[in-house]
Amino acid sequence: MSKETTSKTIAVALGVCLVCSVLVSLATVSLKDRQERNRRLDKLKNILVVSGLYSKKADIAKTFQDKLRPRIVELETGVPLPEERYDGLLNTRDFDLNRVAADPRYGMTIPAEQDLAGIKRRPRFMIVYDVIHDGAVEKIILPVYGKGVWSTLYGFMALGKDLKTVEGFSFYEHGETPGLGGEVDNPRWQRSWVGKQAFNKRGELAIEVLRGKVDPEDPKAVSRIDGLSGASLTTRGVNNLVRYWLGEHGYGPYLDRLRREGMR
Amino acid sequence: MNKLKKVFWEPVFSNNPIVGQILGICSALAVTSKLETSIVMSLAVTFVVAFSNLAISLIRRHIPSSIRILIEMTIIASLVIIADQIIKAFAYDVSKQLSVYVGLIITNCILMGRAEAFALKEPPLKSFVDGLGNGLGYSLILLIVGFIRELIGSGKLLGFSVLKPVTEGGWYLPNGLFLLAPSAFVLIGVLIWLLRTWHPKAGEEE
Repeated sequence: MSKETTSKTIAVALGVCLVCSVLVSLATVSLKDRQERNRRLDKLKNILVVSGLYSKKADIAKTFQDKLRPRIVELETGVPLPEERYDGLLNTRDFDLNRVAADPRYGMTIPAEQDLAGIKRRPRFMIVYDVIHDGAVEKIILPVYGKGVWSTLYGFMALGKDLKTVEGFSFYEHGETPGLGGEVDNPRWQRSWVGKQAFNKRGELAIEVLRGKVDPEDPKAVSRIDGLSGASLTTRGVNNLVRYWLGEHGYGPYLDRLRREGMR
Repeated sequence: MNKLKKVFWEPVFSNNPIVGQILGICSALAVTSKLETSIVMSLAVTFVVAFSNLAISLIRRHIPSSIRILIEMTIIASLVIIADQIIKAFAYDVSKQLSVYVGLIITNCILMGRAEAFALKEPPLKSFVDGLGNGLGYSLILLIVGFIRELIGSGKLLGFSVLKPVTEGGWYLPNGLFLLAPSAFVLIGVLIWLLRTWHPKAGEEE
């Protein structure tokens, strides 16, 4: 049979596709557990980095266990969820914010005019982490996420005891353009967040990512962060998501409650 | 045997895919700011080009010319996905740094180039060796460029401080230009110059 007939062409195409798809599926399925574990460890590592506890030598899972206290908070009221009410979705072990956001009981659709972060739905309950040092809460770690240019950026923000000062900020997952928006991973830029005042003296949300550089003479410079050059849309996305999550529709009620009642 | 040796060594030096055939420049610029990412990328490309050459050569007598390119792309894309999955499972940190570039191996001209120019005509073993040689040639350039860029750009090799930078109390002032893509252009340019001086192509002799 000549190799140029229609039936032969179809047969070869089908055969190649079949073999290739079996190989690809085999690789994905057999490596999935390992990748899942890597992803989870990477997330823990990011939480530790943001809290300033990460060291290359120490065991990530152990440090996490010793120094961090996760809890689930109802965003609207700012009240932590008692452990009796934990279930398959709401628990501190494998909280997955996308699954919680998609759940009809635990997620909610954000009204368009409030949807600064561009995420459409959000969980009504979020996991937050307290960094414990000598029995007292030293910092709190808040997960934040929102749309950049191409992707949703997922990250953590650490706030100090005063609930104003940013102690750390980083993203653990995003798909922005490497070299441009991808520079959100740049450690130098991430360090520029440390020490910034998220809220001003009157307690209003003040943190802002600018387009371009912050003028050091600017009286508001303590709350302003340099934008990423060549990435105005990612920069705007970061600004919006931070302002959304620290604002009244995000962690606002929780932060208010902590300010009123103190951190325990 | 000698023929196989020639097939293997030719693309490593005299007909190197990057500096000889000028293919695969994009990824060579993008992933070489560190030696570690260069190594992983080199392994991935070598794996994909060797096995895609082998697979295409095995079925070369059955590939209808009308869907030739599609078949090649399917095989290459599958191998790239497998390589990507393996990197994600065993070198997660590196896979995050390589981001899109592993997936972009699919569009790396070296792969299609070798499939079209070699594997479609030659027997499997020879094609496999040709793939290995080309992968190694690509790797060689990546490693040279990655070595120089990481050393000069951040004073480190594989993440270990070799030249202690000023910021950590040492004497070395890292040259940030070497962490940016243009430095790779210059380095690859220099390598092309060296290669062409050593092995002039037809019509290039003075």
